[in-house]
Amino acid sequence: MMLEEIRNRLQADIPGCQVELVVNGSPSAQNSLLIDRQHGLAAARLLREGLQMDFCSNVTAVDWPDREQTNKVKTKQIVDGVEKEIEQTIKTTVPGYLEVVYHLFSMTNKDGPVVIRLRTPNRTEDVAVPSLTPVWRSAEFQEREAFDLYGIVFDGHPDLRRILMWEGFTDHPMRKDYVPPPDDDLEILREG
Amino acid sequence: MDQDLKTELSKHGIFATTFEELYNWGRKNSVWPLTFGLACCAIEMIATTMARYDLARFGAEVFRPSPRQADLMIVSGTVTKKMAPQVVRLYNQMPEPKYVIAMGACAISGGPFRDGYNVLKGIDRYIPVDVHIPGCPPRPEALIHAFMTLQEKISTQHLTGEARARHLKAELPSEFPVPEFGEHGLEPAQNDEIFHNPLKVLQG
Repeated sequence: MMLEEIRNRLQADIPGCQVELVVNGSPSAQNSLLIDRQHGLAAARLLREGLQMDFCSNVTAVDWPDREQTNKVKTKQIVDGVEKEIEQTIKTTVPGYLEVVYHLFSMTNKDGPVVIRLRTPNRTEDVAVPSLTPVWRSAEFQEREAFDLYGIVFDGHPDLRRILMWEGFTDHPMRKDYVPPPDDDLEILREG
Repeated sequence: MDQDLKTELSKHGIFATTFEELYNWGRKNSVWPLTFGLACCAIEMIATTMARYDLARFGAEVFRPSPRQADLMIVSGTVTKKMAPQVVRLYNQMPEPKYVIAMGACAISGGPFRDGYNVLKGIDRYIPVDVHIPGCPPRPEALIHAFMTLQEKISTQHLTGEARARHLKAELPSEFPVPEFGEHGLEPAQNDEIFHNPLKVLQG
């Protein structure tokens, strides 16, 4: 089944559901669907019940840090009575976000993978996405892993605890801005 | 006793030895390691004990499943920060005299995972290590070499006097503090009593 068809089906059957086709430009051309998080659970239910996507093989996450964008804007100003075109460089910070990626297969139709993504609004305060564990039980531990290493909160997860690091650990080591504790003496020596 | 005199006596069928020598000879040929594997190095350690490499030739065929009955801890593999307190606790539970072989790149320094967030940068940060073996993983021959090095060390240890072995000095500790899980890593990051941080050595 083509991703476009799935997108159209999701948008038709779930009122208000926004699905965006994310194109992967590499030779693998593994495109994916970005589903808005409010309708994530409903979309997952439809994928499983309506489209027989009965197997969730992989859950992972991606950290997209804040990035700086530079735009060059040309404006016309009147300087000393003469109209001149002045080029201005405007730097804006595009807020980052966290993304959860699910790989779905259909055992019934021998189809897949269908890659879906859920995105958080930012990566500091609002880091929640709906948990898809109620739909695919196999997502349970992998969502816990994403919670542990990326700090994504899965609403509706039955047992959201750290799975790899210990209780009381406060960092999220797979985030791009993670800094390990300064216990590496060799590193300090190398820097002088 | 003079070595030449001993050789001369042995030519006449007289065997002369000291209590220390006899005692150490017995100790070095009955080192019982702890059944304890952490990662891929453990597979090499298991291979070393099997028929092909046959660690039993050196008196170490009995791997004890309890630290109370073991003399030697072979730290075979990656020590994760989550596992490190348990390793130290096992070491503390072993009776004296006890020895440690740090086997492989991970156990001696963190190895390829050194720059990661979850791996201890060498077990010698928390417990005293007698023999380090580099390699990833070291071959069984390397482990046997480490074992023979340890035997050599045991046979030269003194039982009395100022230079007596560590375990015979009452003031030296036989247990070491177990690190605790902190908010960002293990606390403390190393035991300063036994681990000499090169940075601190440089600073004096």
